[in-house]
Amino acid sequence: MNAISWLKTLAGRQAVSAEAGSKHGRRIRRFRRISQVLFLSLFFFLLFQTEFRGTFDKTYSEIIRLKYPVSIFLEMDPLVAFSTAVSTHALYNNVIWALVVIAGTILIGRFFCGWVCPLGTISHFFSSFKPERKGKERVETNHYKKWMATKYYLLFALIALSLFTSLQTGLIDPIPFLVRSLSTGILPGINIALRKGLDYLYSSNVGVLQTLADAGYKVLSSSILSYKPQYYHYSFIIGMIFLTVLVLNRFITRFWCRGICPLGAFMGLLSRFSLFGMEKDHAKCDDCNKCIMYCQGACDPQGKVPWRQAECHLCFNCDSVCPNDVIRFKFFPKLETQSVNVLPDLKRRRVIESFAAGFVALPLFRSSLGLAKNRNDRLIRPPGSVEEEDFLGRCIRCGECMKVCPTNAIQPTLFEAGMEGLWTPMLVMRVGYCEYNCVLCSQVCPTGAIWKITEAEKLGKPAGADGSTGTSRKAKPIKIGTAFYDRGRCLPWAMDIPCIVCEEFCPTSPKAIWVLPEAVTRSDGTTITVQRPRVDVDRCVGCGICENVCPVQDRPAVYVTNIGETRSRTNQIRLESGAYK
Amino acid sequence: MSEDKANRREFLKRSSQAGLAALTATGVGLWLWSRNRHPQQELSAAQVRSYLVKVPQPAPAMVVVSGGSPGQLVVEAIRALGGMRAFVSRGDIVVLKPNIGWDRVPQQAANTNPEVVQKVAELCFDAGAQKVVVTDVSCNDPRRCFKRSGIASSAEAIGATVLLPEERKFRDYRLNGELLSVWPIYTPIVEADKVINLPIVKHHNLSRATMGMKNWYGMLGGRRSQLHQNIDVSIADLATFIRPTLTILDAYRVLMSNGPQGGNLNDVKLLKTIVAGTDPVAIDAFGATFLGLRAEQLPYLTIAHKRGLGNKNCDQLNVKNINLA
Repeated sequence: MNAISWLKTLAGRQAVSAEAGSKHGRRIRRFRRISQVLFLSLFFFLLFQTEFRGTFDKTYSEIIRLKYPVSIFLEMDPLVAFSTAVSTHALYNNVIWALVVIAGTILIGRFFCGWVCPLGTISHFFSSFKPERKGKERVETNHYKKWMATKYYLLFALIALSLFTSLQTGLIDPIPFLVRSLSTGILPGINIALRKGLDYLYSSNVGVLQTLADAGYKVLSSSILSYKPQYYHYSFIIGMIFLTVLVLNRFITRFWCRGICPLGAFMGLLSRFSLFGMEKDHAKCDDCNKCIMYCQGACDPQGKVPWRQAECHLCFNCDSVCPNDVIRFKFFPKLETQSVNVLPDLKRRRVIESFAAGFVALPLFRSSLGLAKNRNDRLIRPPGSVEEEDFLGRCIRCGECMKVCPTNAIQPTLFEAGMEGLWTPMLVMRVGYCEYNCVLCSQVCPTGAIWKITEAEKLGKPAGADGSTGTSRKAKPIKIGTAFYDRGRCLPWAMDIPCIVCEEFCPTSPKAIWVLPEAVTRSDGTTITVQRPRVDVDRCVGCGICENVCPVQDRPAVYVTNIGETRSRTNQIRLESGAYK
Repeated sequence: MSEDKANRREFLKRSSQAGLAALTATGVGLWLWSRNRHPQQELSAAQVRSYLVKVPQPAPAMVVVSGGSPGQLVVEAIRALGGMRAFVSRGDIVVLKPNIGWDRVPQQAANTNPEVVQKVAELCFDAGAQKVVVTDVSCNDPRRCFKRSGIASSAEAIGATVLLPEERKFRDYRLNGELLSVWPIYTPIVEADKVINLPIVKHHNLSRATMGMKNWYGMLGGRRSQLHQNIDVSIADLATFIRPTLTILDAYRVLMSNGPQGGNLNDVKLLKTIVAGTDPVAIDAFGATFLGLRAEQLPYLTIAHKRGLGNKNCDQLNVKNINLA
């Protein structure tokens, strides 16, 4: 069924081609479709709200927070909950809500896949763009295939890794995958395209077209357009991987859901005890194969074979199209083996091999340089981040922090954090900097890799204080690194030219960057007094605004490295901040 | 015989089609060749933006009001200068250019006081302004600056149009400066009938002080940090390019140290003063005294004075002092 007739049927305007299915089934199917649309809309709404848009109302507030719980899809993801529980032996903040979905799955089955999951809905939609396949070929390609067990083996390997605090599930868990792909790949690309179009209109200098461009900006900036263009490293590859996943739906319906999704696999295992399921009246089945043609999960809905409970997405397509009323979904269905297989089809040896793969990969990750020694000096983590080993056990690479950062500073790593840390966040000061009063990244992190902090904690003031000094010696600011001068490139140091933009922009008070006037003789023999900047490393918090604004922009004369970061006990210069106080 | 006619018809048809295609290709080719030139941007001619109005005499050149709330200070200052109607006409588009440079709250005195901005906007509307625009090109993230400074909410509350800086609205202008030639300028600030400068008095380690003339930094885009290499001439160039209708200097709170953004409340001094007038050089010269500086200590004032942009010797001017306390 193609996309247009799908939408029409949703509106109740067009009958399904196989009209004679059960009315009951068709009604539930309609609810399922509405549910998919609602949750997908909610997902996109929250994604667009993961940004402080600067919309102003008449009330003043000093604290900036996002209006909506934008990370809720990630927090309710059962695999995020399970894998972080395994790697950290705890559940962070809102992740407790994932228990609702887990409980629901245990009781009902994989309703999440069919009714809620945004990547599932997107895949479902793109699956309707198929080459014309008829008859036997169409039925054949939509059957359950043995390779669909791959998602379980992937899940086991990931769990094995999580057991030893290396959290890799975020790479292919569908919710983080979708958020990351859209935030760092697809949406920035769409933004650039839209802006090019609107700016072209604006640059025409024709009044009407300029008004049109302004109107376009106004309408779109509450949703798909971000305030300013966002750029991300590896945006191309992340976007292309996502588009590939979409295109694969052209060949196999819901390719991701059936073959790759570890969350689906996890929920397939959880639905073992489901109280709700399919019952078939095998005698009535006349092998018309309509159920198989429209099946989303490849769960063998046809008569005369057992139904694969672990694969079923509860889409109700089969029930809606079966002309002989073979299929019925109910609570407490019969459990005879010819009716249902509650367990997925797994080979024991493969299962053991999957766990083994995870166990073997981890020591190889850890024996590589990068975590224990020779840490990349430019790996600057967002403020509030936990110590690196804990961080790698929590970060699901969802990209929420990258999306929300107002200066676009937070970027995905490649190998700066080792292979284990692929696409975890780091700050790149040439792109943005850490806004001194901002804690938005810590507000959106679903797993506590960036622990939630307040402005007072970040600035090192006792809570509720308004900025007076000399109160508590204990309250120290959170540092993410330290700035250093390259005196061979700095204007006052190397070229005897006045500057000190860095000092101007340094946000601490007293400023971490301070200057001393020095008389110098220039190349033409004249003398001049220049102010030469230095860093007080005890005051510096590593925010990086100095590096960001330095006029020697190709390779800044002042730059930040991660030493001095308060989250690490050992990565310190100063005795006072070290581990052995 | 008819066969010949048919052949001839076909001959003509095909020849004219081929000929037309060839001519079109040649014509387009020649036209493209005529456009051959090294790619470089078109620039506007030198511009000096003057929004000065003829002020009815005898008005004081400068008014210094102290000892009230920000709103009260503004009202008294404008009244002493002759009322806002002397400066704003009915139907005007007025741009207010406060300092919204930094992600700070009003108590930290890094941005113009939001109540000052609101009162000025209110007076402009009362004088018949059709539209009052409040904008600046911030140093920190503009969304945060506009919000936490309080200026966006106070301006919205009075019905002013708050504009966040947007990339497409910068255009290169040729400034008429000694040092600054071409710079991207944020066009909403200069597309107005009247422009009112609303700076705040702050310490600045490079220029010693940042007040009214340096506030024009906020209309620049591009890599404006380069201006630091010759800050005094740059400030004078900016003040040469744009001459506001009014300057209202906010000294309600003054940032005495660690400027231009401070952060610590101990850097701030509560002075409850406003200085207003039409001479930007005189106003800056007077404002320097709040920081404990003399006009001679600010080289950019001397340069501006020499260029005839104003008078840095406040004692030569008709200054009106009002104390509301």
